[in-house]
Amino acid sequence: MALAFSSKLSPIARRRLSVFRHNRRAWVSLWIFLALFGLSLAAELIANDKPLVMRIDGAWYAPLLVDYPETEFGGFLPTRTDYHDPFIQARIDERGWALWPPIPFSYQTLDMQMMQPSPAPPDGRHWLGTDDQGRDVLARVIYGFRLSVAFALVLTAGSLVMGVFIGGVQGYFGGKTDLIGQRLTEIWSGLPVLFLLIILASFVQPGFWWLLGIMLLFSWLGLVDVVRAEFLRARNLEYVRAAKAMGLTPRLIMWRHVLPNAMVATLTFIPFLFTGAITTLTALDFLGFGLPPGSPSLGELVAQGKNNLHAPWLGITAFVSLSLMLSLLVFIGEGLRDAFDPRHIQYAAPSAPTPRTPPHA
Amino acid sequence: MPDTLLRLDELSIAFDDAVVVDRLSLEIRRGETLALVGESGSGKSVSALGAMNLLPANARVEGGRWLGDTDLTRLKRRDWQALRGARVGFVFQEPMTSLNPLHTVAKQIGETLRLHQGLSGKSARARARELLIQVKLPRPDELLDAWPHQLSGGQRQRVMIAMAIANDPELLIADEPTTALDVTVQKEILALLAELRDRHGMGMLFITHDLNLVRRHADRVCVLYEGREQETGPVEEVFRSPGSDYTRLLLDAEPRGRPVALATRQPLLEADRLSVAFQRPRRLFAPRPAPFVAVQPLSLTLARGETLGIVGESGSGKTTLALALLRLATSEGEIRFGEARLDRLTGNDLRQQRRRLQVVFQDPYGSLSPRLPVAEVISEGLRFHYPELDEAEVVRRVQASLAEVGLPLDCASRYPHEFSGGQRQRIAVARAIILEPEVVVLDEPTSALDRTVQKQLVELLRDLQRRRGLSYLFISHDLAVIRAMAHRVMVLKEGEVVEQGDCLEVLGRPRTDYTRALVEAAGLSAFVAASPDT
Repeated sequence: MALAFSSKLSPIARRRLSVFRHNRRAWVSLWIFLALFGLSLAAELIANDKPLVMRIDGAWYAPLLVDYPETEFGGFLPTRTDYHDPFIQARIDERGWALWPPIPFSYQTLDMQMMQPSPAPPDGRHWLGTDDQGRDVLARVIYGFRLSVAFALVLTAGSLVMGVFIGGVQGYFGGKTDLIGQRLTEIWSGLPVLFLLIILASFVQPGFWWLLGIMLLFSWLGLVDVVRAEFLRARNLEYVRAAKAMGLTPRLIMWRHVLPNAMVATLTFIPFLFTGAITTLTALDFLGFGLPPGSPSLGELVAQGKNNLHAPWLGITAFVSLSLMLSLLVFIGEGLRDAFDPRHIQYAAPSAPTPRTPPHA
Repeated sequence: MPDTLLRLDELSIAFDDAVVVDRLSLEIRRGETLALVGESGSGKSVSALGAMNLLPANARVEGGRWLGDTDLTRLKRRDWQALRGARVGFVFQEPMTSLNPLHTVAKQIGETLRLHQGLSGKSARARARELLIQVKLPRPDELLDAWPHQLSGGQRQRVMIAMAIANDPELLIADEPTTALDVTVQKEILALLAELRDRHGMGMLFITHDLNLVRRHADRVCVLYEGREQETGPVEEVFRSPGSDYTRLLLDAEPRGRPVALATRQPLLEADRLSVAFQRPRRLFAPRPAPFVAVQPLSLTLARGETLGIVGESGSGKTTLALALLRLATSEGEIRFGEARLDRLTGNDLRQQRRRLQVVFQDPYGSLSPRLPVAEVISEGLRFHYPELDEAEVVRRVQASLAEVGLPLDCASRYPHEFSGGQRQRIAVARAIILEPEVVVLDEPTSALDRTVQKQLVELLRDLQRRRGLSYLFISHDLAVIRAMAHRVMVLKEGEVVEQGDCLEVLGRPRTDYTRALVEAAGLSAFVAASPDT
């Protein structure tokens, strides 16, 4: 018996997908963004200061995965090999070959063989130049992009879970729960996030997870209002009442009946939460309260651009990469918002009127 | 002056590729009311809107349209603006939404006066006051400065009418003007419209789905079905000898028959001094006002296999009473259900009892979750209350209950939006009966449906009652449906029981003025006499 209990894509979801696809700008933006993010996930293969593989004296080496001591290649010290060292490079060239990534620098590689003082303008060796510490800008942008997106992803996911849970409980139960919850969130949202971060920075070195944790404490606040309003509305809908009358537990009703409908408003909010997270991280890095020094961050690049106005490639690169990323995300967000807009659906995908069954006489 | 006011000649309307009105021709003379009748989706409103160029841009309107000597197909946008509101007035269905909530009555009426007559300031206000007197609103001076939310539905509809006749139109288009109103108010509004029509010599296009109203308030009638004209003619003639099958079907669609006789009088569900009160909001530093009592203390009993009809106008507390009995609203007083004290149970014990007490709501579009396929909607309660059932058994029971409500089995995997209102209501019934309840609360289950579909649903419900020995608590404002369903009836007014007793007794010989007014407004008297098994 083919009773479809399985959760295939509902017709509503399918219609939304088709609206989203017809929005060319959003659709193209989504693919560009996914391609860029996919590339940045493989940043180690694109920009690294170690060869991907080497073959020396008939033996295979994979410096990407294994740290070989310099003595392995005829050096003198049992330390990690610096593959940019001319001595090592000469050894490799004479006894075998090495496959380098397209950009032979990692985000924190200091180029010791520069002909020019840093920051150096773009040339064949550093495609986007170097920053004021002699690090390759393109490598830093690739790693920085990945870090920003990863940070925003985790932050958005975390805020979503917290915001939906807290907003949902407030909205569904209403009354005193809602009243107390709302007052608490109002007080909580009054706390100054920036000062907290500055204070925190004075006694711990805020890393990726520290920053994420602190930001997570506050970033869910924006979602609560949306989710709460949706749950407040939905809890009086007749099918929710019918589920109550059926004797389902509140947990089940919220999960199966209210949440799927509240997610529409929430989902359209997500891309903007996402861009917000990226902007905040960049701003903190720019001010120096963000990720630890040396991390590949777009905010730090902006700060360098500001400090080195005579090296315009820094500022321009930071500007172009940030605005490209944010524009793509905003376009995707707009597409999503339109796809979830019921009026837009009718306009973009007119559905044939369902054939009316004639009254059986 | 030509006698014909509005003439439509083979008017066709299509949205994109779907034809919704197919070659409709009609004429309205001065001083007469033409009723345009049909079920939902038959193209009644679209025809009127299309004739007046009020449809969105993706609609294609073809055919000849004349208002007096004016060829409507040749009008420019400016001409239309001068015509609508001045030569043609509109009254729409929803009195709640067709007035702007941010403007006072005087301002809304004044706007159309300013646009078409150039009146402003004092003169506009004086004219607005005159109009309010014409539509028989009490305290016109006070109401001029009232906001729409301060008015009742009937009062708002009167304001709408005042706006429609403000510029002495030749034609008044009334699109279901009374559908959202209580029956007693309905009658007053229609009488007012007729009086205004006679006084100003207007022609009236009266769009409705309610044949009862047509019979009493129209001169000629045009019946539409799926965009096609079925027949047109004087009202008495059409009603006496309908010329098309569809008209006959419509006329015959009043639910008839009576529920099966009771086998037992032993009460199954009992309520004792049940009352519901809502706390009013408290202003800062002011004492809390007395709570609003939605249901005054009342007692009721419901025997196994019995149907208790609950009747009343909007705001009389019918639905609140049902929610209180279902323990979905907080209430005072005792509720006994079999051996269980429903009002004392909480948490899991209450949830266990809910299986025996199910509900079907009014709105077939809102009561099914749009994101779940029908099989899931129906099986949800079953899975919760009988977690021990295996998948095959759940599927079997879903199919059995689909068959019982007369739906094809293949609809299990489809989604609610693919079904018509009547089919959705059947799905809601299937969801209720799959739990094998003893009592089903039916909260206006038929009022959102067309007459022909109503009749089928009433028959289905009676059939289920006979087979399963169900007890129904049947809430409705429609006395024809109540009469076909209920053994006993209880009339509520402002939360109080006005009258109760045997259904035919109460409807046939009402003892209170209120019930009498309800029965009269429903046009039931003829109906009771005509019923075969009184």
